[in-house]
Amino acid sequence: MGREGEVVAQLLPEFEKSHPGIRVKVQQLPWTAAHEKLLTAFAGDVTPDLCQLGNTWIPEFVALNALEPLDRYAAASPVVHAADYFAGIWDTNRVDGRLYGVPWYVDTRLVFYRRDLLQQAGFSAPPRSWAEWEQMLAAVAKRADPDRFAILLPLNEGEPLLALALQQDEPLLRANGRWGNFEQAGFRRALAFYLEMFQRGWAPSLGSAAIANVWYEFGRGRFVFYVSGPWNIGELRRRLPPEQQDRWMTAPLPGPNGPGASIAGGSSLVVFRASPHPAAAWRLIEFLSQPSVQRRFHALTGDLPPRRATWADPELAADIPARAFREQLERVKAAPKVPEWERIATEMRLVTEQAVHGQLSVDQAARELDARADRILEKRRWLLARRGAD
Amino acid sequence: MRSGAAWWFVTPALLVIAVFFFLPVLAALALSLTDFDIYALADRGNLRIVGLRNYAQLLHTPLFWQAFGNTLYFVVVGVPLSIAVSFGTALLLHSRLVKFPSVFRTALFAPVVTTLVAVAVIWRYLFHPHYGWLNYALGRLGLPAIDWLGDPRWAMPAIIVFAVWKNFGYNMIILLAGLQSIPDQLYEAARIDGASMGRQFRYVTLPLLAPIVTMVSILTIAGYFQLFAEPYVMTQGGPLQSTVSVLYFMYEEGFKWWNLGSASAVAFVLFLFIFGVTALQLWLARWQSAA
Repeated sequence: MGREGEVVAQLLPEFEKSHPGIRVKVQQLPWTAAHEKLLTAFAGDVTPDLCQLGNTWIPEFVALNALEPLDRYAAASPVVHAADYFAGIWDTNRVDGRLYGVPWYVDTRLVFYRRDLLQQAGFSAPPRSWAEWEQMLAAVAKRADPDRFAILLPLNEGEPLLALALQQDEPLLRANGRWGNFEQAGFRRALAFYLEMFQRGWAPSLGSAAIANVWYEFGRGRFVFYVSGPWNIGELRRRLPPEQQDRWMTAPLPGPNGPGASIAGGSSLVVFRASPHPAAAWRLIEFLSQPSVQRRFHALTGDLPPRRATWADPELAADIPARAFREQLERVKAAPKVPEWERIATEMRLVTEQAVHGQLSVDQAARELDARADRILEKRRWLLARRGAD
Repeated sequence: MRSGAAWWFVTPALLVIAVFFFLPVLAALALSLTDFDIYALADRGNLRIVGLRNYAQLLHTPLFWQAFGNTLYFVVVGVPLSIAVSFGTALLLHSRLVKFPSVFRTALFAPVVTTLVAVAVIWRYLFHPHYGWLNYALGRLGLPAIDWLGDPRWAMPAIIVFAVWKNFGYNMIILLAGLQSIPDQLYEAARIDGASMGRQFRYVTLPLLAPIVTMVSILTIAGYFQLFAEPYVMTQGGPLQSTVSVLYFMYEEGFKWWNLGSASAVAFVLFLFIFGVTALQLWLARWQSAA
């Protein structure tokens, strides 16, 4: 899918050479159409043998009974060692105690910040806790000219709030994903912190489309903090002029008390149950999971590898902006693993947008979210109740 | 015997309509009475017949009503504006004021044949709050800048402007053809009777054009109710869901969340509504011509 689909074609000749008898045919999909196409492929019984799958989609495809469990393969594999993968990212591939995918690359969110501007405000290190972060945001905002904001949290992205919510102890859904759990103290705390950044004028209530060129505006100093993902390391290197390169840096996401968790996003490699060649598909997963191949994959795409062994590579270890990600990856947490989660996450973003515009208070937003989640999860409750009755 | 032969001639067409129209519509109607979703896709045993519950639930979904309101806003403002622009340009092209009418006719018709996605990219730049020409023009007039696609109050007007620009050429051509079919003698007779330009327009042009205007408005209203592509490429329904149309809502329900049952229900509600509005229009047109 997307760029990965193009790049993987460059890695495959080596696989075909070392595995005579296996021929791989790659089909590329754009990300925007991938989900729809895969569901249609499933309905039409033409699923591929092996596929890259966004790891939040795995529960959905498990509910469809479309994926082959991989526990047996992984346990016997000389290449794929569960313990070498970051625990949070490995966990996203386990549904109801079984393994359905092998992490291919990781995606998470952390803080990009302007080192020089933070220094001007009197801080030599990035924030580690929410309290420190608030202090810095306030200090930066006070010095700011009217054109500058302390932080950019694009309203069309739900991930920053989700990351803050995952830092809390309480889960976002309760009773095995039967009901929403947004009215508990943890989520309300995260939402209140998030909303505060808008209410105090630290963050502009804009979508990323309204910013147009985020990198240019970041280089110009229109905002000091920016919560975003690993792809922006490459983008900032490519798009900002050389004299601006030492002005920005990355830092792990601050948590309520000291360094906090973030999202365990990314893609996994899965084998479809309908595949006539599951063993050959597993060989390809093993090939793509070798640290040496993952290093090349990282060099080609900039995607972050999911294994500690791959990160031990000197070149990757010397990459300073990537270091914060390495640290963050030890603290990533999976979103609730129910097929309905994507939809609930969308509702979360929409309700939050209303709260940012002042149409809902924190408590009202939490109640609304629980109501919407409960409605979406109705079928799941019915299925679980029926399964329990059998 | 004769009618038998006629049936043979229309059978292929009827078969095609039955297979590609009536059957899918019936299937969709059946689907709208179930809760078909990904669970049902996995195992038909997970399918529940829910009767009219999809419809009842729809009426209790705030986003559906918001989508309905947005669509109505788009139709109520967009259709008259679109027809007015079409009519205005058709009159200009028809009048002898314009030199090289064929050049202008082609130029004004061009937006209709452009690719929506491609021109949307350009319009997004025109609407851009910092760098867009629209705000530049507003600034020149001393007016404050507008965040066209980012402000919930302005996003729908922006979509309307874009849609009118994209579509007015089509009706313009139809109305122009209508204008050209009005015999010159009628104007001549009116002039001899001493009718002014305004009166000629009121008593010759308008009555003779009425059937065409009726047809154009029916087609435009039915088309505008099916608003989808413009918000899909420009705003993805945002900001604050101010540009979610009924069809966009249905698309998300069906193809994003795979709730085909309730998506089919949305389709039927929209169908019934467009059907009702069209019937009302036809009745009005008949009532008017009878009066």
